[in-house]
Amino acid sequence: MERPAWAPPGIDISVPSVSRMYDFYLGGSHNFEVDREAARKAMEFLPGLPKIMQANRAFMRRAVRFAVDNDVTQFLDIGSGIPTFGNVHEVALAADPAARIVYVDHDPVAVAHSRAVLEGVEGAAVVPADLRKPADILRSPEVTGLLDLDRPVALLLVAVLHFLEDADRPREAVAELLDALAPGSLLVVTHASYEGIPVDQERAGGTVEVYRSTRNPLVMRSRDEIARFFDGTGLVEPGLVSMPHWRPDGPAEEEDPYAFSGFAGVGRKA
Amino acid sequence: MKVPSQPSGNTAEAGGPEDRLRRFVTIWGRAIFPVTATSLTRAEFEGHLLPLARVLCDALLARPFDTGPAQRVGAGLVDAHCTDPDALGRSLGVVDSYLVLYCGTDAELPAEELRARCARLQHAMATGYAQALRERTRAEQEAIARSALSARSAAEIALHATESRFRAVFDGAAIGIGIADLEGRLVEINDTMTRMFGGVEAHVRSRNVSEWVHPEDGPHVWRLYEELVRGEREQYRVEKPYYRGDGTVLWTNLTVSLLRDAEGRPQYQLALMEDITERRLLHLRLRYEATHDALTGLPNRTLFFERLEKALAPGSAGADTRFGLCYLDLDGFKAINDSLGHSVGDRLLVEVADRLQACATGPGEMVARLGGDEFVALTTGTGGEPDATALADRILAALATPVGVDGRDLAVRGSLGVVEGPAGERTAAEVLRSADITMYRAKSAGGNRFALADPEADARAITRHGLTTALPTALERGEFFIEYQPLVHLDDGSVHGAEALVRWSHPQHGVLGPDRFIPLAEDTGLIVPLGRWVLQEAVRQARSWQLENPATGTPLRVNVNLSPTQLHHPRLVADTVDVLERAGLEPGALCLEVTESALIGADEDLLKPLRQLADMGVDIALDDFGTGYSNLANLRRLPVSVLKLDRSFTRGMQQHPVDPVDLKIVEGIVSLAHSLELAVTVEGVETAAQAERLRDLGCDTAQGWYYARPGAPDRIHSLVLADAV
Repeated sequence: MERPAWAPPGIDISVPSVSRMYDFYLGGSHNFEVDREAARKAMEFLPGLPKIMQANRAFMRRAVRFAVDNDVTQFLDIGSGIPTFGNVHEVALAADPAARIVYVDHDPVAVAHSRAVLEGVEGAAVVPADLRKPADILRSPEVTGLLDLDRPVALLLVAVLHFLEDADRPREAVAELLDALAPGSLLVVTHASYEGIPVDQERAGGTVEVYRSTRNPLVMRSRDEIARFFDGTGLVEPGLVSMPHWRPDGPAEEEDPYAFSGFAGVGRKA
Repeated sequence: MKVPSQPSGNTAEAGGPEDRLRRFVTIWGRAIFPVTATSLTRAEFEGHLLPLARVLCDALLARPFDTGPAQRVGAGLVDAHCTDPDALGRSLGVVDSYLVLYCGTDAELPAEELRARCARLQHAMATGYAQALRERTRAEQEAIARSALSARSAAEIALHATESRFRAVFDGAAIGIGIADLEGRLVEINDTMTRMFGGVEAHVRSRNVSEWVHPEDGPHVWRLYEELVRGEREQYRVEKPYYRGDGTVLWTNLTVSLLRDAEGRPQYQLALMEDITERRLLHLRLRYEATHDALTGLPNRTLFFERLEKALAPGSAGADTRFGLCYLDLDGFKAINDSLGHSVGDRLLVEVADRLQACATGPGEMVARLGGDEFVALTTGTGGEPDATALADRILAALATPVGVDGRDLAVRGSLGVVEGPAGERTAAEVLRSADITMYRAKSAGGNRFALADPEADARAITRHGLTTALPTALERGEFFIEYQPLVHLDDGSVHGAEALVRWSHPQHGVLGPDRFIPLAEDTGLIVPLGRWVLQEAVRQARSWQLENPATGTPLRVNVNLSPTQLHHPRLVADTVDVLERAGLEPGALCLEVTESALIGADEDLLKPLRQLADMGVDIALDDFGTGYSNLANLRRLPVSVLKLDRSFTRGMQQHPVDPVDLKIVEGIVSLAHSLELAVTVEGVETAAQAERLRDLGCDTAQGWYYARPGAPDRIHSLVLADAV
């Protein structure tokens, strides 16, 4: 049967994917030329992008360990992307073998890859769903089967909220997710911002332009705007800070200047 | 800070081999950490490097010398995610500068040997690194390609399922489905749509959507279309006609939706059309049948009311629009129907309809048949009364020529009620009622004419209507009351009794006399409960007069009027007995007044209840005597004991000189009555001279303004007291 000309296209790997660009920044090869090309263009404006991603990964590791140390061993990681080394399930399972992890991503390739990586890993699963539709996530068999929502969950929204425009109502999505979680649950967020980037805004804007040409425009938000995602939770010490300043393992001064771009924070639901 | 992977048993005393190894690792870590992508802390990262450094150190000093371990060190860098080739370069630099320095100090090997070994270890490291990186890159590329493939095939399976479902809907739908691009070029149409347009796909496909115009397209249809293809509208729904290939018309319920691409840009238009041609024809036919008279083909009452309402709507077509309505009812049509048969009557109606139609051909004029022999003609515009009366004149003129049916010339006459006025003041129902009333006025004036509506005449008729509907609740609400007019003995002027006269205290119209509402009560049957109420009240009142004046000789009597309907009511006797008993009034104190006309042609069945009442001692008075046939012979067999002379006789007594004929007549009646042992009462006595003359003529009792007007019951009481004095 001939496919109707107006039918929507399937998977289009000729379009850059933020997950695969992220993998490229981290030195991985889970990417295609189109991803690398976009990532290289973005790096023309912000050569330190890999350092931002690295700091982001490092923060996530610390946050996961913080969660386990506080007896939160269930993880809902939305916008999980391509699982590379040191992913949430590795860190969490290393800290507590009974930990439960559900990854969520709307990129079908990232989801397929996660499935392959998670094959044989008990206590971890991946859901193809979109942060814009929290109900789809919460109702998915992976979430209902693997997570006990009557107990605290660490909700990871790491480097994902800045891919939702205000029209996507990200604040409402976060609120809806938090609403479904038990008291004591943690909200873990990192978010891009013009604040803290060691270059002027005009230059950083070049990167934003590159992302706009992909299907995932990057939305820079101010610290105040980012803080509002934590409504309904209490920020744990040290609050909403640049990534290296959040409970560092070593002296933050040694970090690359780019690592201080954007903000990171963890909130606890009352 | 914790440091993982610390080998047990090794002490790191300052300056010892272990301490030197750690210092080498620190230098190495500091050199390559900035170019790694690891998320480990610097200390954790150094923990990874330590075993690699130990391998290098051991290899440097090993006998026999083997570069294999150095290859594994190179691979270990890749394992530690040092995938940036710069990490290799910096590592080799560190090894070149510091390995011999930190690991070769205690060696038994000569310095050149150590340098040579160091160089070869670097070569092996580079080889191992390159091999590992190549493997890893290949593996990851393969993995991501596999993931992309599997994601794509999953998507394709889902898409295929969607397409199959869509195809099934598309092909099997009972509605026409068409997809066109934004320029109006058709991309796909289903079989149903092809069939709807006449079955030739090429005919449908050959034309651009924007060419599918039809003269009956609503003005908004193409505006909606433009808005949709510009992306300003997501959907619209209209009723739209199309020409089929053979020129016939296809009527559709059309729904058009805009299809957008993944980025939200308008891409295609999707049309869903339902063939409503048959339904529409049926609807039109039903509508015609529902709005036209089957016999004459004229618009019927329904359509007429629609038009009338439109004509009466305020500001419908300008501020000073007026309307004129002629309401025609044929005179004597029933007689034609009854004598010549319905088929003749029907043919007459058809001919009348044709002639009427010819009278109202101007713009804004219409003729309709409301039913039976009732027709209306409507004119709208600004012409005013002259237009309306001209139309009425035309209609009368059109009817003037006899209608030939079956070789018989039938004269047609009609009565017309004409209402004319400005739009926006009255409802259709009000106008039609006014026309109806006016038509009856024309008819009662002799027919074959028209009458112009007159608000006062309308008001009277409308009041009559209003009173009729208000009557039942009036009784419930106690709006009726009774006044009493004394009856006086003519010989001594003493009060003999009183006639009970019912009044209606109407909330809007004030106090109404019986002439205003008794006929209505007769028509509606309300006279029975109303009459019973009057009887009860009057009897109770008579009893209370008796109780208040026990001293006065003959007890006061009360006269109560009986209407013809009450006379026929089967419970008349029983009710009367019941009322008397409850009040404790003796029958002889009650006089029931019956009009002479009510007893015309009365048979024994009708007289029987009256006779029963008379036998009980109730007086029966013949009211308004002298106005009917005054069948004197009949008087004998009626159970009456009193004659009430109509006031027309007493009126004759007022003149000067008194009409001698009137005198003779009254004298004769009184004499006749007395010989039949009937008492005579006269009404309408207004002067002393009248009273004297009537007494001279032998009348027994009288009532009238000369003595007293009707009044409240306590007035009678005081009159009686006055007598007694």
